[in-house]
Amino acid sequence: MNIISFVKRVPATTANVAIVDNKLNPEGVEFVLNPYDEFAVEESLAIKEAAGAGSVTAISFGAGESQKELRTVLAMGADAAVLLANPAAPEADGATTARVLAEACKDREFDLLMFGKQAVDRDQHGVGPAVATLLGVPCITEVVKLDVVDGKVIAEREIEGARETVEASLPCAITCQKGLNTPRFASLRGIMAAKKKPLEVVEVEVGEAAVEVVAMNMPPARPAGRIVGEGAAAVPELVDALRNEAKVL
Amino acid sequence: MSNILVVLESREGSLRPVCLEALGAARSFADQRGSSVIALATEKCELDAALLGGAGADKVLIADAAGHSADGAAATAARVAKENEATVVLLSATVHGRDLTARIAALLGTGFAADCTSLDAAAMTFTRPEFGGKAFTTIKINGPVAVASLRGNFFAAAGRTATAEMGEVSSEAGVSMVTAINSQASGRPDVSEATKVISGGRGMGDAANWSLIEAVADAIPGCALGASRAVVDSGWRPHSEQVGQTGKTVAPELYIAAGISGAIQHLAGMNSSKVIVAINKDADAPIFKHATYGIVGDALEVLPALAEELKKLNL
Repeated sequence: MNIISFVKRVPATTANVAIVDNKLNPEGVEFVLNPYDEFAVEESLAIKEAAGAGSVTAISFGAGESQKELRTVLAMGADAAVLLANPAAPEADGATTARVLAEACKDREFDLLMFGKQAVDRDQHGVGPAVATLLGVPCITEVVKLDVVDGKVIAEREIEGARETVEASLPCAITCQKGLNTPRFASLRGIMAAKKKPLEVVEVEVGEAAVEVVAMNMPPARPAGRIVGEGAAAVPELVDALRNEAKVL
Repeated sequence: MSNILVVLESREGSLRPVCLEALGAARSFADQRGSSVIALATEKCELDAALLGGAGADKVLIADAAGHSADGAAATAARVAKENEATVVLLSATVHGRDLTARIAALLGTGFAADCTSLDAAAMTFTRPEFGGKAFTTIKINGPVAVASLRGNFFAAAGRTATAEMGEVSSEAGVSMVTAINSQASGRPDVSEATKVISGGRGMGDAANWSLIEAVADAIPGCALGASRAVVDSGWRPHSEQVGQTGKTVAPELYIAAGISGAIQHLAGMNSSKVIVAINKDADAPIFKHATYGIVGDALEVLPALAEELKKLNL
């Protein structure tokens, strides 16, 4: 089973966001492996281990700093890593990123392409299905349960108010949702081993971006609210405000 | 003649109401440019010409696929977009819609904008949250067609009186297929689509205390249940209810946060709600800085009183 697991370096979800020149100001921001990509890496490793053969290759489209996150994935257990390097990568939109990743997969053999369901920076939810579409392979998004049997993939995903079962044949792309698994931590031995594993850096062209950023702003400030009171005694006033002032009941 | 295409979503033969919002948004593009709004159902389903016409559609096309295949649906939508010279393709930012948005853009060789919260039909720009809602980016799509998904509760159906012209189209075959759908029989709407939400956090003390949250939800028609990440990680509530940066982003008319302190990730996921009510023991909890109305107190004591007061209203 040959698996490619795609990962991205993103600001931690605890990070505050500041904007400079329509971009995130990276100063003082902690960067981490995208949390949804951790589910993809864990699932890739578990599938390879269950199959007893094959490889897991981590690929990231990023600036040079992304080598750190690739080393983390190698420490978790991936066999090899490739950085598709371009300084413009952190700002790239979903369609542009998908083009770069699909191009990099053209000459690789794979059974599974594993993605996080979204990167928590640009939140575009689309790189996995777009890569799969460009490569002409099936894709199942937002997966919370995955079985790979006899060249076939049976996946479950949570849609609004229901759970859906989807089937596809290999090779196939999967985007991973929270609930799929519990990602492993890199062991000390894993961290040591990762230093000797191959991490290839390939400079890539990005071409014209599919999307142009016109403006980037902080969310509009919320109007100041008020404390209506303390404890259960404040409930009648709250309900009155919701009904007659805010008119939401 | 350029057209605006809306890709509808159906489940087990019925239209999902969130799609009507996309038709309203499509209408704003069509009115600006003097073009038509074409609604496409990529699978066979029952559709009401007056409902869709009223929401903004001029024409409705129903494809003949029996079930949902994401790649099949995307191929059908991309073909119909080309046949009708669509300049804008809109979807709802649901699990299916987000998936199709990226695929349709890839098939049409263009960019996409996911989860848009506003748009400017004249300037052809789309505004969407990034970093879980900590920033909003306005973008222009380079390419022949703009493909975008629209987040629920941010757009409205057109509210006009019109009957859409109905037609049929063939569907493209797909390779991945949905083989089963198991509906959650809670009878409540999904937290991402509801207009009223009550969420609980650590301050609820225990999973068993969710009966207090449910009692409030039962007194408000159409109220969905939400949860903070902490309680989902503790196994008190399912992940499908999680609100926040690694859960669902919501923007209801009313969001009640009970026993939620307001971690930055949670705030990012609900900060666009119209009215926020915070109930928390800790008067210094960050949630109060974002709340429209706050009650300082133990949620376990305040919620039963709230349920009683709401029941009196017979909403």
